[in-house]
Amino acid sequence: MNRKIAPPIVDAVNFNLQLKPYQYFTLENGIPVYCIDAGEQEVLQIEWVFYAGNWFEQQQGVAAATNFMLKNGTSKKNAYELNEAFDYYGSYCSRSCYNETASVSLHCLSRHAEKGVSIIAEMISDSVFPEKELEIFKQNSKQRLQVNQKKCEFVAGRKIDGLLYGEKHPYAAYTSETEIDALDVALLKTFYQQYYLQGSCVIFVAGKLPAQIIGLLNAHFGKMPLKKPGYLLSPVPVNPSPEKKWRIKNDEQAVQGAIRMASSFPNRHHPDFKKAVVLNNIFGGYFGSRLMSNIREEKGYTYGIYSYLQNHIQESAWMISTEAGLAYCEPLIEEVYKEMKLLRETPVSSNELKLVQNYMMGSLLGDLDGPFHIIAKWKNIILNGLGEDYFYSSVDAIKNSKPEELQALAQKYLQPENFYELIVY
Amino acid sequence: MIHFEKFTLPNGLRVIVHPDTSTPMAVLNVMYDVGARDEDPNKTGFAHLFEHLMFGGSIHIKDYDEPLQRAGGENNAYTTNDLTNYYCQLPAENIETAFWLESDRMLSLAFNAKSLEVQRKVVCEEFKENYINKPYGDVWHKLRALAYQSHPYRWMTIGEKLQHIEEVTLADVKSFFKKHYNPRNAVMVVAGNVKTEQIKELAEKWFGEIAPGPKYERNLPTEPMQESPRFLELRADVPLDAIYKCWHIENRVSDRYYRADLVTEVLGGGGSSRLFQALVKEKKMFSNIDCYHLGSTDAGLLVIEGKLVKGVPVKDADAAINEELEKLKTNGISETELEKIKNRTESAMAFEDMSLANRAASLANYEMLGDANLINTELKKYQAVTASEILEECKQVFTNNNCSTLYYLSNN
Repeated sequence: MNRKIAPPIVDAVNFNLQLKPYQYFTLENGIPVYCIDAGEQEVLQIEWVFYAGNWFEQQQGVAAATNFMLKNGTSKKNAYELNEAFDYYGSYCSRSCYNETASVSLHCLSRHAEKGVSIIAEMISDSVFPEKELEIFKQNSKQRLQVNQKKCEFVAGRKIDGLLYGEKHPYAAYTSETEIDALDVALLKTFYQQYYLQGSCVIFVAGKLPAQIIGLLNAHFGKMPLKKPGYLLSPVPVNPSPEKKWRIKNDEQAVQGAIRMASSFPNRHHPDFKKAVVLNNIFGGYFGSRLMSNIREEKGYTYGIYSYLQNHIQESAWMISTEAGLAYCEPLIEEVYKEMKLLRETPVSSNELKLVQNYMMGSLLGDLDGPFHIIAKWKNIILNGLGEDYFYSSVDAIKNSKPEELQALAQKYLQPENFYELIVY
Repeated sequence: MIHFEKFTLPNGLRVIVHPDTSTPMAVLNVMYDVGARDEDPNKTGFAHLFEHLMFGGSIHIKDYDEPLQRAGGENNAYTTNDLTNYYCQLPAENIETAFWLESDRMLSLAFNAKSLEVQRKVVCEEFKENYINKPYGDVWHKLRALAYQSHPYRWMTIGEKLQHIEEVTLADVKSFFKKHYNPRNAVMVVAGNVKTEQIKELAEKWFGEIAPGPKYERNLPTEPMQESPRFLELRADVPLDAIYKCWHIENRVSDRYYRADLVTEVLGGGGSSRLFQALVKEKKMFSNIDCYHLGSTDAGLLVIEGKLVKGVPVKDADAAINEELEKLKTNGISETELEKIKNRTESAMAFEDMSLANRAASLANYEMLGDANLINTELKKYQAVTASEILEECKQVFTNNNCSTLYYLSNN
């Protein structure tokens, strides 16, 4: 046996990947339900997605506060009783507010589905937003914000979005303490009326599904005055900063700077998007990427550096993100530009491309493992309005990327003059 | 029920196979029985730095990551105070690539000086990113040193100070490898779309010829019983005052471990837990409060930590925590509360077992603890705990003499 010779491999790029199809139902009121019935464990995940993100708020912070407070009191149960109702069965109810959407999720053992679904129905249809709960929420949110503002990476993450989209755009409209102070019960109730009680909703279900799951959802949600979403919203114009280079002092004692570099990029519907994902992998998308190999593994400037395309529906951005010792920050940025230049000037070797294609296919295969991962893929496709074949066309884009196409994309997008450059230290 | 088979190679390597045909993937997980607790007190952070060096090339293979990625695989590793774990996940067809890579680095590393230089810098940046450049980032350095006086749990896996990392030599790296990285000190788990016979053949082919090496005999100083309360007050440029309290609990294989684990659920598990309800919602003294334990193999720590609402005196907040603990020690918990924490434990275990990589790492971890089948029998141990045992545990753990308290106060 010669240990210098690698065992033969099957090229993952030749795999025939399948995304398990969903089952589709509609409730009596027309609410769409997408289901994936799979998995070995007796567990279940249900997510109610409402078009109730910060896109719809008139005043900053209202969408997030309303979403959070759904679990803080109904006319029949106070916050403690709601928590207890989930905790007793070992169920988890979480809320998340995004830009276009905001959601409520249930994770539970399949045999406890009914209890969880009925409590969530009560929260959606009968939340009362108690004054004293809102006061606690405001106080604790402000304190959390004060801690986060000491972290350079937090400040940098907010600032770069402000530069890309303008600070009033929903993709960059982060709340300040003043805006948290301005929240009141009346604002939340109005938002709740319009965007939850009579809102647009879509439901995603995954796991080992109890036989009566659709009947259960129908019984609890089928008669609510909810609408099927139109999915795509009219765009909000962006207002990018004209100034590209930023150095911001945030912490007198900082020993590292948080670096963000970003350039605006079209959304998933754009013909360049899928192959840009391949180029991004080569550039900074995985551990073997150019940025990681050069800046971490060769120079030791950082614990980690990644690039990615932001996960937004309307407008995206090509982002590079890292933290580095103060003395390394400026040289690190120069190295990022060098790597961009290399991608613009020299086509990727077929050897490196094959490696990245195999890696991406293997990683995608791993990502299809289990019902929660599968439903996440479908949710992304549906909420982005991408069409049923999107998964397969993305796979084709990975398999069929050519070095010269990737070079052309680098020439089009990886141009230093398009990039914001931010260090918070 | 998680099915697995176990065999041991003649060189002492324990191998566990967990076939799961519902996935196209396979995971190869190698766990070494060495962690930060095995370090020389003057060379702390070494086990973790060494983990980085395991990716710097092995005796016959220049680069670990590239061939794995070419086979469609991903990998990662972590070091704790107790152990070091390496795992890779790849399409099951290519599982032999993982055998080739993992066996070569168990055989011998390349001991490349350049890799040491670079990873030393990378780890220093990791140290800064996680423990210096963050508010409250140094708290665990202080708290461990307060709670432990003899046991090596008194330092963190990242190391006690940057200087220890900076002083590491290639000779240190070689002797550490010799001492700890061999078949007798490791457990390998292969999980996913594989067959036991096939894994037996591959294990013998790739790992069979590796010399057994010395068996590492762990002989750590035991932590003497704490005999009086300990207290430390720090001031730093942080926005909020915080309290950290910890108590010694029993080791991971003791029956008392399960009781202590459930106590953390009573106090800190979810929105209906006692500390959150009493101190965040009712008394409004904390903006957040958590209760957990460190999950260590040797005798561990149960921790309560919280950030105070501005304006609340730290002593009042501390007294309010003690008041909740007194209630627990006096009245114990109700049967409903007991049922709740057991349900939560069952559910948490079911969700954790959804991921193939988690199942593989759990099997390895349980085997290190003495019995891989604990993965199937632990739930019963939790279910057997009674309310009176919880009461007894609280009385034993929550005493002043067993407690270390740290006030982390804001300069502002």
